[in-house]
Amino acid sequence: MTKVISPEEAISKIKNGMTIMVGGFIGCGAPSQLLEEVCRKQVKELTLIANDTGILGDAMSQLIVQRCVNKLIATHIGTNKETGRQMSVGELEVKLIPQGTLVEQIRAAGAGLGGILTPTGIGTLVEEGKQKLVVNDTEYLLELPVRANVALLNAYKADKAGNLVYRRAARNFNPLMATAAETVIAQVDRIVEVGEIDPDEVMTPGIFVDYLVQKQPREVSSVG
Amino acid sequence: MLDKEARIDWLIKRVAQEFKTGDVVNLGIGIPTRVANALPEGIKIILQSENGYMGVGPVPEAGKEDPDIVNAGGQYATILPGGCSFDSAMSFAIIRGGHVDATVLGALQVDEDGNLASWMIPGKMVPGMGGAMDLVVGARRVIVAMEHAAKNGGIKVLKKCTLPLTASRQVNLIVTDMGVIEVTPKGLVLREIAPGLTFAEVQACTEAILLTPESEIVEV
Repeated sequence: MTKVISPEEAISKIKNGMTIMVGGFIGCGAPSQLLEEVCRKQVKELTLIANDTGILGDAMSQLIVQRCVNKLIATHIGTNKETGRQMSVGELEVKLIPQGTLVEQIRAAGAGLGGILTPTGIGTLVEEGKQKLVVNDTEYLLELPVRANVALLNAYKADKAGNLVYRRAARNFNPLMATAAETVIAQVDRIVEVGEIDPDEVMTPGIFVDYLVQKQPREVSSVG
Repeated sequence: MLDKEARIDWLIKRVAQEFKTGDVVNLGIGIPTRVANALPEGIKIILQSENGYMGVGPVPEAGKEDPDIVNAGGQYATILPGGCSFDSAMSFAIIRGGHVDATVLGALQVDEDGNLASWMIPGKMVPGMGGAMDLVVGARRVIVAMEHAAKNGGIKVLKKCTLPLTASRQVNLIVTDMGVIEVTPKGLVLREIAPGLTFAEVQACTEAILLTPESEIVEV
């Protein structure tokens, strides 16, 4: 059953040393209030799985700046110079993964697959140490599932059963991560009653979502 | 010879001629982004943004930015009527699955085998590959759009890339401010030369041997 809880309660689910997945793409669709709470509580030694580490100054970037993370799995870190700095001096372990591969690794974990085969990365540094398979004369890399203890997500709307609706480009990794973590926490702009979301509009089924956190209100000009 | 800005404009207009109406195209950040504003009259393409939507529109007016719509570089963007948004798995199914007709992206180096290096300089710059590796492997045509020489004057069109690759043997066309180079099984063919330049001047800024379209025909 999905429960509506406070940001403080939500972040108490994250313990030092856990692996967390965080939705968003350079801040768009990132669960900023939950991230602020992680920083405020000074959770440490996290392994962070995310597309990127935000833009220096935003909530996502602060996870790195405030040293909550000691291992990062991401596709791009160029928008947060502090991530590169910590990596270059050996303070942060960083594993860079092609975006289309990371998303399928997360999907594989959530979908009960043993991995995925992708042509991306063949002939590059990405193939190092990985098993290659040839299928119908094409070479593929075997990429393994990626899962987490906790997923922190952002959605536009939820009903009290946890069904989620995302908005525009803020969807990105969020629905995939909802399937691949033991505990799933979503911050949402609006929480409505059960039955108020048309079943056809639901993007993440409520069964995946453990906790909802009401986000501070913001203005959105067009809604859909 | 044209001044630098005019040569970049030439390159952008030249890339824009590569598309036909209905093509699904992904434009990288920087020079490639500007191709959207240089399409020949009557040509309508569908722009894909790898962070999760189709139908990329113009930059929003000041004050009308939507925090839920950014482009792949994180800048505010818009979605045109008829566009649609999706998650990252769908986005990369579109990209990797061969449903993107062309991707246009910049490069640090490109070589005569169609290898591309664009994502890191060891020890100096390691931003990560983002969606570039998937785009270059998955798009039907890969067009590199870049300045012919590096900012420090270094040569970027090489016999063999020295930086870590983004993908192996995937580049089809290289459009620079000096000319249009096609990657063929015989090597790099200089198809067009920017206004005011000569073949010899383009070759002088290129490590790989450039073939003329004529030499290619004679030798075949």
